[in-house]
Amino acid sequence: MAEAYDRPLPVPQPESDFYWEKAKAHELWLRHCNGCGRTYFYPRDICPHCFSRETEWAQASGRGTLHAFGIVHRGPTPAFRDHVPYIVALVDLEEGARMPTTLVGVEPDPAHVRIGMALEVTFDDVTEAITLPRFRPAT
Amino acid sequence: MAERSASAAIVGVAESDEIGNVPGKSALQLHAEAAFNALEDAGLSKADVDGLFTAGYSTYDTGEYLGISPRYTDSTSVGGSSFVIHVGHAAAAIAAGRCEVALITHGQAGRSARAPVVRDAGLPIAQYESPYGIIGQPIAYSMAASRYMHRYGEDRTRQALAEIAVATRKWAVLNPKAMMREPLSFDDYHDSRWISYPFHLLDCCIVTDAGAAVVVTSAERARSLPKEPVWVLGAAEHHDHAGISQMGDLTLTPAHVTGPAALAEAGVTHDDIDLAMIYDSFTYTVLVTLESLGYCGPGEGPDFVADQRTAPGGDFPMNTSGGGLSYTHPGMYGIFLVVEAVRQLRGEAGARQVEDVRLSLVNGTGGSLSSTGTIVLGVG
Repeated sequence: MAEAYDRPLPVPQPESDFYWEKAKAHELWLRHCNGCGRTYFYPRDICPHCFSRETEWAQASGRGTLHAFGIVHRGPTPAFRDHVPYIVALVDLEEGARMPTTLVGVEPDPAHVRIGMALEVTFDDVTEAITLPRFRPAT
Repeated sequence: MAERSASAAIVGVAESDEIGNVPGKSALQLHAEAAFNALEDAGLSKADVDGLFTAGYSTYDTGEYLGISPRYTDSTSVGGSSFVIHVGHAAAAIAAGRCEVALITHGQAGRSARAPVVRDAGLPIAQYESPYGIIGQPIAYSMAASRYMHRYGEDRTRQALAEIAVATRKWAVLNPKAMMREPLSFDDYHDSRWISYPFHLLDCCIVTDAGAAVVVTSAERARSLPKEPVWVLGAAEHHDHAGISQMGDLTLTPAHVTGPAALAEAGVTHDDIDLAMIYDSFTYTVLVTLESLGYCGPGEGPDFVADQRTAPGGDFPMNTSGGGLSYTHPGMYGIFLVVEAVRQLRGEAGARQVEDVRLSLVNGTGGSLSSTGTIVLGVG
């Protein structure tokens, strides 16, 4: 990394250390509930759907579809202003959870971004400590 | 019609001395000016206040600054809807005998604050959304609008957003306190630059410095005051997520709960309402809220707002102050909806006065379409 990374970084919390460690290993892991059978995002120990404590980590396929997007032309903070335009997205994962991300490998032009398009995860090592899961068109 | 009444009424409303671009004042100064002006409007004094409400700050911060030590305190802070929710809370506290004169204050130096507002870096939004540049409401709401367009048609949605921007500006032209008073054409809307697609600049609220305050008191006390009481006839509140990535259906806001509940409590229906004050942080907020409140069905909003129906002279007057889009929006806007509804109900709205307003529905929306508060206000 030639230049210092200047955009916000996540501060992993005790319940999400595992998520970020796995991201660093280029794997996407979600929380799955054995009480109601649902997989959810973001990770927390007690299921937000049924409040069961019988939850565990499960590796995700990394595949999903585009649920919603925006093409950011005005960076929300100075750090993002050198990086516009970029595509923010909500992705419906195969496992049923929905997660926020950005798209890569897609022109930041509405003609090229289609809700429902098939996506797959890719990993961006933004610093030595942090890797961000992003999504690209499925191959 | 029998005389309306309820257990509590709004008896004072005001903005800070100046709103818009006010670089010389802190947020707390704006709170204090608004409090002073609203108490004067009510014919009450600071010593009468025994219930204190705010959002953004804690009430112990505003209480200390104002020199008010209340026996009832409420810092419910769920974004811009908070102040609408406070009206309902104040009415409930008054009905329960927990306070008699409730003061709700707001102030934000949205343009001119010297220090940024710092957020908790441990919150899920900071951990999972901010690193991707999903920061701030234009981006969050634009994603929701993209889903609406996908579901209900891009061209008709775009036309609806333009209708809302243009109609709202027509009201602002009539309001001397509005920041944006130049007429706006459809071309101006379509030609404005992208902020976060599908939002143009003119889909987004303005950013101002502004304060406002509202005084609520008991029915008995209200009748002893100089101005006509504006009765709090119904109130409801709801939230179902914080970050936009956790919103189940991006085309349905918590107003689908609070709209019907507030109307039912007031014992009235949509058709009885003379004036709708609908939080307009973005054009899309209005479109999705009208549907969520039940004014029309899912996907029918574009037809509902067509042909400048919400503009001056239209048959559905809405956001007569000029709204967050053109009048003022310091960050959290909800209290300004209440101020305008009360002025219209009292007949104090000057050039923008709607004829014979007896009932108004006010809907505040906070966060990333996260929370809503709906109240029904009435006179006569």
